[in-house]
Amino acid sequence: MANLYQSLELIRPEIVLSIALVVLVIFDLIFHLDKKIVPYIALAGIILTGIFVLFNPQSGFAFQQSNLMGKIGIFAVDTFGNYFKIIIVISSLLIILYSFSSDEINKIQDRIGEYYALIYGMILGMFFIISATDLILIYLSLELMSLSSYVLAGFTKLRDRNSEAALKYLIYGSVSSGLMLYGISLIYGLTGSTNLYIINMILQTPNANQFTLALANVLIFAGIGYKISSVPFHFWTPDVYEGAPITITTYLSVASKAAGFALLIRFIKTTFVGFSDSLGNWQLISSFDWKSLLIAISILTMTLGNFTALWQNNLKRLLAFSSIAHAGYLLLGIVVFSNGGLLAILIYFFVYLLMNYGAFLIVMLISNKTGSENIDDYDGLGYTSPLLAVSLVIFLVSLAGLPPTAGFIGKLYLFIALVDAKMIAVAIIALLNTVVSLYYYVRIVKHMYLNKPTEKTLTVKPNLFNTLLVLVLVIPVLVFGIYFQPLVDWAKNSLTILGLM
Amino acid sequence: MFQVTLQHFLVLSAILFSLGVYGIVTRKNAVMVLMGIELILNAANINFVAFAKFGNFGFGGQMYALFVIVLAAAEAAIALAIVLNIYKTFTNVNIDEIDNLKE
Repeated sequence: MANLYQSLELIRPEIVLSIALVVLVIFDLIFHLDKKIVPYIALAGIILTGIFVLFNPQSGFAFQQSNLMGKIGIFAVDTFGNYFKIIIVISSLLIILYSFSSDEINKIQDRIGEYYALIYGMILGMFFIISATDLILIYLSLELMSLSSYVLAGFTKLRDRNSEAALKYLIYGSVSSGLMLYGISLIYGLTGSTNLYIINMILQTPNANQFTLALANVLIFAGIGYKISSVPFHFWTPDVYEGAPITITTYLSVASKAAGFALLIRFIKTTFVGFSDSLGNWQLISSFDWKSLLIAISILTMTLGNFTALWQNNLKRLLAFSSIAHAGYLLLGIVVFSNGGLLAILIYFFVYLLMNYGAFLIVMLISNKTGSENIDDYDGLGYTSPLLAVSLVIFLVSLAGLPPTAGFIGKLYLFIALVDAKMIAVAIIALLNTVVSLYYYVRIVKHMYLNKPTEKTLTVKPNLFNTLLVLVLVIPVLVFGIYFQPLVDWAKNSLTILGLM
Repeated sequence: MFQVTLQHFLVLSAILFSLGVYGIVTRKNAVMVLMGIELILNAANINFVAFAKFGNFGFGGQMYALFVIVLAAAEAAIALAIVLNIYKTFTNVNIDEIDNLKE
């Protein structure tokens, strides 16, 4: 019984989220005539969860089972998980603030309670994915998150493209999670367990059937690769990002990707790493060559993302391909298999959160006015709406990875990790990709500043709330580009992934 | 007397899995694609139960199969709701014809 109380203490943020979800649904039912209060409950729940994550200094295993390996559990609370949970909390907070000013969401005020309840379902799923160390818990939480997001992708039903996005997301998502489940069943047959730590111990003895293990790993990677939208599981990304309401697009591009990366890192680190030496390099168990697989996938992902983005005219679709390319860069942080690479991913993800959210916010404010995201809407915008245009330029420069913005710091640490691991060729390919990406980011800037304003040019004047929201995102992007030490220190303190060393 | 071994179950589940993938790739009707997905999930279920029985892994496998059955039901409910919505918008459920979002 004492064990259970300890476990409940460790999962306090998840408990707060579940209670907030229930409260949200009940309030939605009681006050079904006036739903003004619902978003504020959602906001309060997120803030409370954030406080519990921040002030949860403990680390350890929840729901322990004692067996031959000592005490291991199916849910690991550690600083690595807390870092990603903070990223989820910040992005959820921002997405609720975005929903206040999004036209698409304001048109469905009568169903706003369900909208927030589904977002809470996603958050809960992501929190469990980040900490899960058991394949079945991983699968269940992945599905909890996916099922909520399928509905959210088509939630507004204002245009044909909403339903189409939901259908495409549903079909690609269920196929990849089905493949992943089949892979899990094969791993269960090989090792007799679904706990990552026990699987790790059994794989260290070279008895497992290599071919089956490789097949199972590839199948499991299908499920995770779909979440982080890596090649060849990226087909849904542009269509869903374009079709979904823009708040959900933003959320999928950052939060759901963060959860996918946290899962991939924890899965590889706990299952396939034998030990890490004093320099922080991870020694892989020799049973499956993750390194070659991930190098190939990351190079393909960033190249395809960048080159397809070149001829996109819809801003949402362009940012979708840019987010595929960023998934490629982030995968490079994993392929070096060292603490340096992990540090680079953590820093990059926080920066990516700020700049991607910023870019989508500007696109949303302009699309509120025009109802579309076509690049021609941006002609001459730099002369009529200076604040939005300047901010968008800063976010795009940061996405391209140029100084003096935070995006440069993220890329810098990534390249340092690659050079440290003596993977110069891969670093050069990534650098060339960055150059390609510059073209399509600068193309938007050209539309805003080099095309002279005509009588058709929009004038978008954001209200005080939206101006503050833009500033909250622009200022950190600039500040972290120059004074990035606090971010690096925070990431350095978050490298612990619970293991059995 | 004919003895049913682990191999028989694995072959059965592999056939189900392949049929599921084949159905997803070739069928045009969204409902048929969803049925292919169900086949894949059930192939995994057969694996779980067979491994638990023949490998003496305890009751874990059976328990996982129950989880997956519940989850498959939830997924089918959401999937059919989305397909119904598609039918209302496009008056058909042929996934090849629903491609407004391509450029």
